[in-house]
Amino acid sequence: MHLTYIDWTIMLVYFVFVLGIGFWLRRSIRTSTDFFLSGRSLPAWITGLAFISANLGAQEVIGMGASGAKYGISTSHFYWIGAIPAMVFVGIFMMPFYYGSRARSVPEYLKLRYDEKTRGFNAITFAIMTVFSSGISMMVMAKIIQRWHIFDGVFAQLNIARANIFDASIVITAIIVLVYILLGGLTSAIYNEVLQFFLIVAGFLPLVFLGLKNVGGWDGLKSIVPNENFVHSWQGMGSPETSPLGVEWFGLAMGLGFVLSFGYWCTDFLVVQRAMAADSMSAARRTPLIAAVPKMFFPFLVIIPGIIAVSLPAPKASGEGTGGGATVTETQFGDKGLVPIKVSETTDQPVRNKDGKVEYDYDLATPMMLLHYFPTGMLGIGLTALLASFMSGMAGNVTAFNTVWTYDIYQSYIHPKASDRHYVWMGRVATVVGVAISVVAAYVVRNSDNIMDVLQLVFGFVNAPLFATFLLGMFWKRATGHGAFLGLISGTLAAAIHQGLTLPIGATASFIKGGWLAKALGMSDVLHVYSKDMAQNFWTAIFAWTTCFVVTIAVSLVTKPREDKELVGLVYSLTEKAHDDAKTWYQRPATLGIVVLAMAVILNIVFW
Amino acid sequence: MLDIRVPIGLLFIVLGAILAIAGPFVSQQAYQDHSLGINVNLWWGLVMLAFGIFMFVLGRRGTSAVRSTEDSPEGRRLEETEEHREREGGQGPRGH
Repeated sequence: MHLTYIDWTIMLVYFVFVLGIGFWLRRSIRTSTDFFLSGRSLPAWITGLAFISANLGAQEVIGMGASGAKYGISTSHFYWIGAIPAMVFVGIFMMPFYYGSRARSVPEYLKLRYDEKTRGFNAITFAIMTVFSSGISMMVMAKIIQRWHIFDGVFAQLNIARANIFDASIVITAIIVLVYILLGGLTSAIYNEVLQFFLIVAGFLPLVFLGLKNVGGWDGLKSIVPNENFVHSWQGMGSPETSPLGVEWFGLAMGLGFVLSFGYWCTDFLVVQRAMAADSMSAARRTPLIAAVPKMFFPFLVIIPGIIAVSLPAPKASGEGTGGGATVTETQFGDKGLVPIKVSETTDQPVRNKDGKVEYDYDLATPMMLLHYFPTGMLGIGLTALLASFMSGMAGNVTAFNTVWTYDIYQSYIHPKASDRHYVWMGRVATVVGVAISVVAAYVVRNSDNIMDVLQLVFGFVNAPLFATFLLGMFWKRATGHGAFLGLISGTLAAAIHQGLTLPIGATASFIKGGWLAKALGMSDVLHVYSKDMAQNFWTAIFAWTTCFVVTIAVSLVTKPREDKELVGLVYSLTEKAHDDAKTWYQRPATLGIVVLAMAVILNIVFW
Repeated sequence: MLDIRVPIGLLFIVLGAILAIAGPFVSQQAYQDHSLGINVNLWWGLVMLAFGIFMFVLGRRGTSAVRSTEDSPEGRRLEETEEHREREGGQGPRGH
């Protein structure tokens, strides 16, 4: 990679700013509410941008590019179906309970609404998941820095061996994130997330512009895509075989639209925490709605580069991206445009699947595009935008972790009734520990491929049943703690069992791909084969949600519910409806929600 | 007190300036190879610079400053209610 001092200066300036913000904020962080919830004082536009930026980690920017290269514009379903309806729902219907209950975290809401054991289950599973995600972000970023020789020049000048680049990347970014969160808590993380949002736009808007200009606009792109369904989001959705995603519309709508997306946006503390930091109920409700607007247009920034990447003619081998000194492996290309063939880290040979065909490294679609279209200078901006998204993804996970640890685990079970200062101290300790565990997780995850698929898998196991729990909790006062707890456990088990008994086409039984339970039970074949792994994930989520839903209802009906007066403010039927007495139309959540949904429908129609 | 638009504005001013100034120093060949011959550094650098100035000015005039809860009456009231709630031992019986 031909990076020059211009690019490194840009990156350095960014790191300095990020730390500087942390130092500047230090004096306004005194109470635990300051540290964990930004004093609940942030205006809606900030929490709104932070809300989606917290979500824009490794998996989004690069993963969406990868999906765009693999599936085309259907990937936008992740956004238009996969996010927008859920964001509107959580803003209008669920925020009144999250914010109004004064819960300081999602598990705390569960404790207020249900009981301690439900909270405990959620707190522990979430804490584990979130440091895992943080580690994954770190690892992906370090891998990219290493593979694309981003810091090679700097290391050469400092006379340090190149082999240390991976470790150095992990340590340096861990330290930077650690420092700015220690200093400024959630506010620091949020400020940097908003910064990251603008940087991503700054880095990717020119990329899309140049890419589209190069291929002759959207029409030009249409004529060179490998599969004509790449430019239509709904065509071929009639059955799994014709659909580029491998899922027909019912599986897509139920699995993705409903279960997975609502599961994530409505219950994942990582994003909900940003809305809880808002300065008023109205601001908290508008946060996801405001976030939905840029979210809707992000497909253009992150998916289109992937589509272009796979449609361009393949470069000559060892040309793009390996310049600047001897490399161990040459980058090889096949028939997927700029997307290179996946090479195993251990054997340096192309990775092949069960049928002997080579696999492609779709995660590299976006970085290859950056290299292709950006000269030095812009390249620095693009890379800094990527680094920023990785780091803020990590930071979001770390702030969610330190809050859940301090309030839901430490304060609940280990040391209740301590002073506020003590909890702020604990929050800082948890930050250090959280970052340390993430680093360990990064090394553990290092050798797995298909990161997005793994994450989706884990989310499916944990989030899908969780959403049923919240839905019943917020809208059915009869739901009880026993019901919720047993529902969660059975839903998670159902997810594991379904995944263990099915396989996607062309895969051999393994924990990640599935079919492991069938193997362990000595069955001769799995119960069902899906045409793509995404389809398997969707159906796992559907099974998990339904099981949790049914079990929660069944068990609730035979256990004693809480008295109505204890549930005021926590359940829909026992809470006063919010009065939207704001002055302008865009400040009223309901109106904003309708506008957002209408825009999403229009986008779906335009790209039909 | 720090309004978030100030650091955002500053960062974009600095980065925009770096791009725009470095722009003409990068070889035309590089632009031919990559960005279709367009001096994207100069153009986009200027756009970023303008955006940075816009944000910075908004930030200096704006009211989105962050403050500790100890510094505002709402914040102190908020802290009191939260403490009061904790002392009461939360709502309802512990589990069933």
